[in-house]
Amino acid sequence: MGELRLMKGNEVLAEAAIRCGCDGYFGYPITPQSEVMETLMARQPWNETGMTVLQAESEVASINMVYGAAATGKKIMTSSSSPGISLMAEGISYIAGAELPCLIVNVQRGGPGLGTIQPSQADYFQSVKGGGHGDYKMIVLAPASVQEMNDFVDLGFELAFKYRNPAMILADGAIGQMMEKVELADQKPRWTKEQILEMSSDWATTGKTADRKKNIVTSLEMDSDKMEENNRRFQEKYRKMEEEEVRYEAIQCDDAEFVIVAFGTSARVCQKAVEIARAKGLKVGLLRPITLFPFPKKAIQELARKAKGFLSVEMSAGQMVEDIKLSVYEAGSNARVNHFGRMGGIIPTPTEVVEALEEKFSWELSYGVKRSY
Amino acid sequence: MTEEMIIAGFGGQGVLSMGKILAYSGIMEDKEVTWFPSYGPEMRGGTANVTVIVSDTRISSPILQEFDTAIILNQQSMDKFEKAVKPGGTLLYDPNGVINPPTRTDINIYKVEATKTAVEMGNPKVFNMIVFGSYLKVRPILSLDNVEKGLEKSLPERYHKLIPLNLEAIKKGQEIVADVQLV
Repeated sequence: MGELRLMKGNEVLAEAAIRCGCDGYFGYPITPQSEVMETLMARQPWNETGMTVLQAESEVASINMVYGAAATGKKIMTSSSSPGISLMAEGISYIAGAELPCLIVNVQRGGPGLGTIQPSQADYFQSVKGGGHGDYKMIVLAPASVQEMNDFVDLGFELAFKYRNPAMILADGAIGQMMEKVELADQKPRWTKEQILEMSSDWATTGKTADRKKNIVTSLEMDSDKMEENNRRFQEKYRKMEEEEVRYEAIQCDDAEFVIVAFGTSARVCQKAVEIARAKGLKVGLLRPITLFPFPKKAIQELARKAKGFLSVEMSAGQMVEDIKLSVYEAGSNARVNHFGRMGGIIPTPTEVVEALEEKFSWELSYGVKRSY
Repeated sequence: MTEEMIIAGFGGQGVLSMGKILAYSGIMEDKEVTWFPSYGPEMRGGTANVTVIVSDTRISSPILQEFDTAIILNQQSMDKFEKAVKPGGTLLYDPNGVINPPTRTDINIYKVEATKTAVEMGNPKVFNMIVFGSYLKVRPILSLDNVEKGLEKSLPERYHKLIPLNLEAIKKGQEIVADVQLV
């Protein structure tokens, strides 16, 4: 068993980065994720593992430092919160276009604009539909506990390198600020030059030798035919992610007539809502997407065969609910899909969720059957 | 066993650190723990509160509407959280910061003269540990051994010399807690 500690989600991101052998972190402080860089600076990993930690002059600079460093085949990460991620969007699109692995963490706060510093999940669309331009996707992991904040750093890097694609941890201010028991992994060494050459010498800028071709890292391709070819390759990669990387957790879904779908902090709230609803005799379950892209479409479709309704609970005006609707309707199910959410930095309470469920599905609850459209 | 509690008072009273020591002690007792602060632009003098959950099983929501226990250290928090205690639950308060004492008859109410006692002990800073001691007396969910280990874990090494003083304050708190059951 690894070392047990009581830590904030943000602190754990930093600790996990060091321990998984991350080579470089470039960032710019913003509430509610400033503890990431604070912890890194206090730990001074450059003395221990040789990891570089640098506070850039802005988020735009940070993401471009990530772009450059990731081109060398090393494990590079950055973190920010919603407004900062918007600033990084251009760079993320370039990184996806240049097919580079890196890890980006968004500890979301309420928007739009500068908004608030309180937790939110309103960056779902930005994360899974592509916050920057062009047809690209990121693998998006949604931690619901401090332990998962720890685990997803290593997993994020693993997936980023497997697909040569940026991966994102989409957390929120609550998970970032909350302290929980966490089991830390043992320190892994950073990759050696030889290991990087073995893994990535066919694409990374590792220093050209006489016996290998030039590796050019760019997202630019002036020949449209070739650019379409590139896009086809990206799309194949995204379809492969959809086939192989879907992760979710189903809680009490086996006999569920109503399925709450929620991720991150909302999922924690909804776990309690399920307990309350079950105590009232309602057959309610919780499906918690762990990967938001790829979305657990098949799991939803499987549940849609029996369930009378789905309630998407998000700290937003309703974004993931669109993906649930697509999944349910594509499966030809007539289960109703509703949304309940709070905005602007407010976290819903478990009781509110149960009340919303009872109100939005009052027809089904009264008549005991599915309501047809 | 699941204990869902709120500790609320002024910033600077040691509300967050009391919660942290409690949570760390919980880990030493092999429990699951969650510590969720009201984070915001508040600084010393503003209100501060933290939700702490200690449980034998996986913890669900860190956001709660009602609590098994509320530790209340100022009037603003009393106004906000007295009504949030579950029927049959526990409320501890320091009368020093509370003008209108609690009035509910369906919960267990305990008064802790922590501010006064801390001054008598010659160290106002141990105020929060006196309150913590009183809490442990009325809700003995953690052993004192594990609380000591929790203190060791949550305090930086340079403050370890203060652990005996903190333990003394905890013991003092266990002695002075007064049952003020209303009928």
